[in-house]
Amino acid sequence: MRKGFISRGFEGRRRGQDTKLPPGQYLEDGFPVLSAGPAPRTPLEAWDFSIVGEVDEPKRWTWEEFKRLPSEEITRDIHCVTKWSKLGTRWEGVSVDTLLEEVETAAEYVTAFCDGDYTTNLPLEDVTGGKAWVVYAYEGEPLEPIHGGPARLLVPHLYFWKSAKWVRGLRLTADDIPGFWESLGYHNYGDPWREQRYWGD
Amino acid sequence: MTVHLSRTLWRLADVVEVVPETPRTKSLVLEVPGWEGHKAGQHVDVRLTAEDGYQAQRSYSIASAPEDERLVLTVDRLDDGEVSPYLTEVLMVGDKLEFRGPIGGYFTWEAREGGPLLLIGGGSGVVPLMAMLRHRAAVGSDVPTRLLSSSRSYEDIIYRRELENLAARDGSLEVIHTLTRSQPASWSGYQRRIDAEMLAEVAWSPEERPLAFVCGPTPLVEAVGAALVGLGHAAARVKTERFGATGG
Amino acid sequence: MDELRLDGNAAAGALGEIFSFKVTTAEYTCEGCGKTDRIGAAMVYEVRGLGTIVRCPSCDHALIRLAHSRGRHWLDLRGIRCLQVEDVAG
Repeated sequence: MRKGFISRGFEGRRRGQDTKLPPGQYLEDGFPVLSAGPAPRTPLEAWDFSIVGEVDEPKRWTWEEFKRLPSEEITRDIHCVTKWSKLGTRWEGVSVDTLLEEVETAAEYVTAFCDGDYTTNLPLEDVTGGKAWVVYAYEGEPLEPIHGGPARLLVPHLYFWKSAKWVRGLRLTADDIPGFWESLGYHNYGDPWREQRYWGD
Repeated sequence: MTVHLSRTLWRLADVVEVVPETPRTKSLVLEVPGWEGHKAGQHVDVRLTAEDGYQAQRSYSIASAPEDERLVLTVDRLDDGEVSPYLTEVLMVGDKLEFRGPIGGYFTWEAREGGPLLLIGGGSGVVPLMAMLRHRAAVGSDVPTRLLSSSRSYEDIIYRRELENLAARDGSLEVIHTLTRSQPASWSGYQRRIDAEMLAEVAWSPEERPLAFVCGPTPLVEAVGAALVGLGHAAARVKTERFGATGG
Repeated sequence: MDELRLDGNAAAGALGEIFSFKVTTAEYTCEGCGKTDRIGAAMVYEVRGLGTIVRCPSCDHALIRLAHSRGRHWLDLRGIRCLQVEDVAG
């Protein structure tokens, strides 16, 4: 990296040397809010979650139905591509495995779609096998709108932009379709441990 | 042949003076070799780089008039900020500061655009408006002007003395303050957030077609913008600059 | 969280790295609702560290999506049906 101007005495945010963190990350006390658009305001009576696309039969749950699905508590580390990490974050929600039970598909990819225009794409095998959830509570409280409430996707093994806020469903697709950030130069897969931040990494 | 440095290229300024304005605000006086000038209302992007290459970048409005020799930025220190604590507590005379600009063609005012001029600022939102007032004074303009400035307390009023002096010797400039959190015992002015009622009292009538510039935290700017339009002012005559959640 | 949105001036620096014209005074026609306005009046979401999203103030359609990584700008202008830029005198 070309060495340019250095601002005397500038250190930036505190960055930890914790070996549990993926390369290039630092430990964050707060929970930064990054938003690419206005906060969606879907009332719970109008909210639903769907599984659509390359499936034999689409599935759909209202909020009431969704809350009655078997849920679990999940504690995981999360890593944002903007370099902050939070360890041991606690969530509650429904495993994507539960949502995909009895779904017949030949699709290999999913696109998570959300209120607003946000989407993100993942291989189907990265949201199954106990790796992904649709969560509606954080640290024991209902998920706040600024953090993606009423429900967001949680895929902790990938950079946090894949954990789509205000998620409303999963579309199963035969092809991999780059989502909101993936089509703007961000890595298509996003493994923090291989530091896959950008396209070409 | 004249060579113009692209305003998008990062360049270095020399910090020649640091001036405390309020307990939380400082003005940075910068010497910029080859500075081509700016318009009142424009801003610069400032970039800080740590030893390991980590960078942080923020925008700051230019406080100085185009007629001033040196470039001045006024920075409000945010408690949880990353850049403003550095600029207000670490940066000192003799240091260099990396920046680019001037930037912005929308939120600007030149005296020849006329008025009446209505300037509304919340906290550090008053900075670009001050550049406009300093420009207005430098060219001897008598465009009727009113500044409505919202601050938390008397001590937090940025440029308080300078505004008093400007208004004292210029009958066509009025400065009105509102103090939203605490007021001195002798305070007889407004003591609440800017609202439609206050604007109805302070602003010119829509028939006089004032040119309005509103700057500050996003919630204030949106509330004031909506109130002005609600009072009958043309949306096209109300220009806004939002500073995000907490300010510049 | 709408507190975090800014107006078009905030994108002027980032867009100025790509465009040689004064972006904030250029006029866009929104692909979503057909309204025309200056980019300086549009809503800007600076997703700090990720990118810049400029949205139509009338319908929230994403007019411009911009990110920068590994020495390359990624620019999506599909949200703008038409962009009008005045000649620069001289």
